[in-house]
This record gives sequence, C-alpha cells and structure tokens, in this order.
Amino acid sequence: MKLDLHTLGPLVALVALIILGALLNPAFLAPANITNVLARSAFIGMIAVGMTFVITAGGLDLSVGSMAAFLAGIAIIAMNFALPSVGENWGTILLGMIVCILGGIAAGYLNGALITKARIEPFIVTLGTMGIFRSLITWMADGGTLSLDYGLRTLARPVYYGGIGWITWPIIAFALTAIAGEWIMRHSRFGRHVEAIGSNDRVARYSAIDVNRVKLMTYVLLGLLVGLATVLYVPRLGSASGSTGTLWELEAIAAVIIGGTALKGGTGRVWGTVVGVLILSLIDNILNLADLVSPYLNGAIQGVIIVLAVVLQREKRTADER
Amino acid sequence: MTVLALRNVSKSFGPIQVLHNVDLALEPGEVHALIGENGAGKSTIMKILSGFLDPTEGELLFSGQPVRFGSGPEAEAQGIVVIHQEFNLAADLTVAANVFLGRELGGFRLDHSAMRAATAKLLDRLHSPIDPGTLIRDLSVPDRQMVEIAKALSRNPRVLIMDEPSAVLTHREVGSLYEQIDRLRGEGVAILYCSHRLDEVAHLADRITVLRDGRVVRQALRGELTEDGMAAAMVGRELQDFYPPKGNPSDEPALQITDLTVPGKVHGVSLTLRKGEVLGIAGLVGSGRTELAEGIVGLRAATGEIRVGGRPTPITSLRDAFAAGLAYLTEDRKEAGLLLDKGLRENLTLATLERFGAWRLDVAAEDAALDKATQEFDIRAPRRDMVAGKLSGGNQQKLLLAKTMLPDPRIIIIDEPTRGIDVGTKAQIYAFIRDLAAEGRSLIVISSEMTEVIGISDRVLVMREGRLAGAVEGNAMTEDNIVRLAMGVTGEAA
Repeated sequence: MKLDLHTLGPLVALVALIILGALLNPAFLAPANITNVLARSAFIGMIAVGMTFVITAGGLDLSVGSMAAFLAGIAIIAMNFALPSVGENWGTILLGMIVCILGGIAAGYLNGALITKARIEPFIVTLGTMGIFRSLITWMADGGTLSLDYGLRTLARPVYYGGIGWITWPIIAFALTAIAGEWIMRHSRFGRHVEAIGSNDRVARYSAIDVNRVKLMTYVLLGLLVGLATVLYVPRLGSASGSTGTLWELEAIAAVIIGGTALKGGTGRVWGTVVGVLILSLIDNILNLADLVSPYLNGAIQGVIIVLAVVLQREKRTADER
Repeated sequence: MTVLALRNVSKSFGPIQVLHNVDLALEPGEVHALIGENGAGKSTIMKILSGFLDPTEGELLFSGQPVRFGSGPEAEAQGIVVIHQEFNLAADLTVAANVFLGRELGGFRLDHSAMRAATAKLLDRLHSPIDPGTLIRDLSVPDRQMVEIAKALSRNPRVLIMDEPSAVLTHREVGSLYEQIDRLRGEGVAILYCSHRLDEVAHLADRITVLRDGRVVRQALRGELTEDGMAAAMVGRELQDFYPPKGNPSDEPALQITDLTVPGKVHGVSLTLRKGEVLGIAGLVGSGRTELAEGIVGLRAATGEIRVGGRPTPITSLRDAFAAGLAYLTEDRKEAGLLLDKGLRENLTLATLERFGAWRLDVAAEDAALDKATQEFDIRAPRRDMVAGKLSGGNQQKLLLAKTMLPDPRIIIIDEPTRGIDVGTKAQIYAFIRDLAAEGRSLIVISSEMTEVIGISDRVLVMREGRLAGAVEGNAMTEDNIVRLAMGVTGEAA
C-alpha cells in the first residue's frame, strides 16, 4: 500500500473518528461494539469492494441494494421449498447459499451484458434492474415479509453470529474480500486492465484488451460479492422484504468515493474503499452511542463527509499537478 | 509601428527558467513565424503574448505601451486572438453557437438566424461547405479546425496567434487557410504563426524567429533562411542525413493483402509488403489510409484475404494480429495510444501484460523492460515515476513506439510516425524505422507529410477515396506525382 495523500486522507479521518468515539463513550472501544460495527460494515463492505472494480472501469451499478434483497428472497424461498425433502439440516442452508451466489453471478451478468453487448449506459441499465429487482422481491413477499422457516433460522444463525472468538464470520469474509480485492486490483492483469479501461477505453482497445469482456467481468464480480454478502445477511434476520437493502447502493458508492476512487474511473483504491465503509459505519455508531447529536442526523453528516472527501481529493489533485 | 512585442522577456516556473531575454516584435501586415523544437519555449511565448501568463522579467508592449493583461479574455478584448492547437469547441453545440460562444447576438432571446448567417458568411470566405447548423461532434477533425479558424476571424483580430493551424488540415483546406492569411496580412493584421512544417514557414513567413532552449537564436527575413537552415538553427547543428539511406528490401513477401474492404471506407485494396521494406502510404486525410491499417490489424471489421509470410492468416481482432506478428502504432497518440494519466511502465506493458506473469504481475520485470526501452528508444523522462501525459510529444511518441515493439512484431504499421513532434526527434524516429527494416522487419508508414513519406519509404502507395490510386517508386517518388495521384488529377503522371 502506497502512503500518498489520497490514501492517507481518509485514513486520518478514520483515526480521528475512532479517537472521537473513544472520548465520547468508553463503551465505544468494547469488543462487543467493535464486533458489532465491523459485522454490520461487512455487507456494504463486500459490495463496495466489488463496486470499486465497476467504478474503476468507468461503470456504475445502482442495482446492488435491490439485488441483495431479491437474492435474499429467492434464497429463502428455495430453502423453505427444499425443507420438506432435504430436511432441517446444513444441506438446505448450503442450497440457499448456492442459490444466492449463482443468482448474484447471473444478475451481475445480466447488468454487464446489457451494458457491454446491448451498449446501454450503465446508469440506465442498473436504474432499470434496480427497479426490477425491488419490484420482484416486493411481489414475492406479497408486499410483506418473506420469512425463513424457524428451525432453519436457528440452525443458520451462527453464519452471522458465530466465528472465531469475537471475530465473526462476516468480519472474516469482509477482510478476505478486501485483501483479495486489493491484490487483484494491484497485482493482477485483470486489475491493470480495469484501470486502463477506466482511464481511456480507446487506448485499452488499441492495446488488444478485450474491453467488453473485462467490463462484463467487473459486473459479474460485483454480482458474486452481492451474493456472498447476502449469504451472510440472510441468517441475521432470517427474512427479506421490500425494504431489505434499501440505499445500500448509495452507501457502497459513497464508500468507494470517500476512499479516493474517482467516479469517472481509472484509479481504483480497494483499501480506500474499506476505510470509506468503516468511516460511514463509525459515524452511525458514534451518533448512536453519544447523545451529542440526534442519530436522525446521521444521513446529513454522512452527506457532508462525502462532499468534503471529494473536495479535499480534488484540491490535492490540482496541487499534485503543479 | 509594432502592435505587440516582447522586450527582454524571461519566464521561470519555480526554479526552471524556460525563456531567456526574448525580444519579439509583431508588425501589422506581417506574418511572423515562430519555430523551434518542442520545449523550446514557443507555447510559453504564445501564452505571454495572449495574456494567459505574465513574464517573470521584461515587458509586454501593446502599441508601444507596457501592458499587463490579467487574463486571456482581457487580451482578446484588445483584439489579440489565439487559435489553439487543441480544439476549444463545445461538441454538443452547433457551429454557429460555437463561433459566437460568449458573445451571442440578440438580447434575452438569442438571434439564431443572425448568428447562423454571419457564420455562413465566415465559412464561405474559407471556402468551407460546413453548414452552420451542424453539431461540432458530427464534424471531421479538419472541419473542426476550419470552425476554429472561422471563430478567430469573427473576432476581427488585430493580432492573430496561430499554433500549428494546418497540422490536421487536408491539402485543399490548407490552401484556404493560406488565402485567409494573405487577406488578413493585406488588412494589416499582425500574425504570429507557429509550425513544425518548415516548407509552410518558408512559404508564408515574412519574418522568422528561431527559438532554442528558451533563447532566440536566429531572426531572419523572408528568403534569408532555407528549410535546411531553419532546421539547423532549431537543432543547433547541421542535420546531415535527416532521412537515413534507403534499404535493400528482399523480394520475399512479408504481408499480402488481397481485396481488403472496410465497409464505407476502404474498397478492395490489394498490396504486397516485402520483407525488410518500408512501404509508404500517402493520401489526403480521409482517403481511408487509417481505416485500411485498422482493417488489416483487426481493429475494424473488414473482408478480404490476408497472407502473412505466404500463409493465409485470418485476423479478426488485434489479438490475432499480435499472434501473427503484426503491430499497429496509432496516429492518435493521446486518445488511442497512451494512457496519459498513467505511468511509463503501465503504458509500456499494457498490450503485452501476459508476458509479465500469469497471475501476479512481475513489476521488476516490467521495470527492466522500461529500462531497456528507455535506452533503446532514447526516451528522455525527467522522472521514472512520472505520468505519460507529462512527457514531451516526441518522448511520448518514442514511448508509444517502444510499446508497439514490445511484442516483437515482424510487420509494423506506423500511422503518422512524427505528428506534432520536433525536428530532432523526427530524425531519431526515422533512424529507428530504418533500423527495424534493416533487422528484416517490414514496415508500412502512413504519413500526410510529403517529404517524410518520400524520405523514409522504399516505395509509396497513394490512396484516394478508399482506393489505391497508384504506386510510385525510385525516381518517380516526387511530391508532384504523389499529389497528382492523391487528388485524382489526370494528365501526365509517373
């Protein structure tokens, strides 16, 4: 990891938030709270790592929140359906997980294919699929809530709440995703191609890079990570509804931007994204723990941080050019 | 009486001094050519004259009085108009809207018809058939340049500063440009003309100032300097052997193209490139030269047969072309050749990453490749970790050449090898091209510069309207013969 100003800025903000949190409430640094914050960051975090690739290649995906809700819905339906034949065991849960992951890959492929093969703007395509997935989950739940069978829910609980000591599975999954994401972006040919395409896709094409395939793969990767995030999310509540995963897409995009990845693409910072996710969830957590500001203002503070992050990064960029 | 002048002007950026005690005077009714290699300080001088930069020392005199324009627009209000090398046009607005951008006619409601009529009149003077209602994005590059020129003319300039205005124009449009320059000169406008094309400087300029390393090294009146003399003054040494001696191609065919067609652009072109040959392709801009090259290497859908080393080789993608030992160096260095915001290393290896590690990219090997390339192609980068966009044009071109050569191709198609680069680097690139041919590689060189295509090639094919109009070889390789073929002029030819 290169410690230049762009990565350092968000990191300083994160450290400042941790110190602020510790000063405001001693409970902030308690292991239980840390586990809670990290585990809740994991869903957005894994999605945001995938989003970093999509944005770095010059794309965008607005559908991830709805996609997660939809995947949770079909996984729950699949598990409830398989329950009588397979039984109340890990086989059924594994089936649900596979449905989630394959569904995520398929949904990502759908987005990517519409963008690269039908040549429709990413914003339009994913605005469309966002509406489609959201509507499908609401319809599947008949306007209410889809619930996983009670027995299965109890059985699956450890997937979210269990782990190694206080490090729960979602935290482990998030950490592994981040490490793998950073490695791929930094050290693999795919990562280099993603950055090249976001920087100038014509140059990439003239360098014999299969631009459409690489773009498509970023959406498939994101879909896969949405699927994985959903695998961890379903055991938490054991249900899905029309309001599951609302605004996740915006939180994920915000985390990517705060982390220093340019919205126009070309430069991807997976570590930055991780820091961005943590900043967003720490603000939420601190407001809940401290009585200083109403938690209802959470969104406003996050909004200020997003705009501020971009302004600071832009000033640094012009300073670099001198 | 001098309109605009620099008196003893020096300019520094931080610790780096880019201009040293420059004197320059623009007289009304005179075309003053400013020439020099890239980095000699031409653009800094233009920026100071047009109010975008202030001198560190010395004075800018306007009608004999010292002035300090706070900004470009302020200078423009005084009648100092610049035609920049990069386009300053809004792609989604019409031609008329661009010409009057910022000075729209009409009150609260714009007077569209008056602006359209005035634009039509300006374009008519330039003999340009462009409709004022066309969107800029629908215009070709030469047409966009004509719009830039029309826009400058509409400002009624007292001083007109032109930065390489003819670089992207076709033969006929260059004629209209010269005509307008003559007219403006007659009207008493002072013109500063920057160009890399020395033939054009010799033709147009009443006075020539030669810059080298930020100093004025020579000032001359019309007729006092030959083209060779200008080049020598710019480089600071005699340019012996500007073009390397011709080679000795074998009779063995390296690449045979039969009936290549790119729908709408290239119609049934057949050609044979011999081993060790440098084959020039001339023709007007828009005659299908680039499309032919892109059709051969799989960047454009094309039909026809391609044989490499005698064997039929279907090529449907650039990957296929690489596998067959073909490479293509684009004419559009900035938009299709290099990632300007990425480092030298990333640019060099971008097309050949699979050679640098199956899973984990081997940065050390990439760095070694960069070391080798900088040495082999004499890429002069102040810093290793700089981005490609900060290199001078000539060094960018050398980096692009190194990138193109990294897959070790046997057949190389180079589109505009020296566009927008300085004389010294040009000579280097010509030497590289010859060396590659002497190694037994075969090259196709596409060029709009007549002297270049004649100087570098063993044989020249001329294209016109998507077809092969003819070939010239040996003593028949003259500018006259090529222009005749390119323009489709019948009569006595080669």
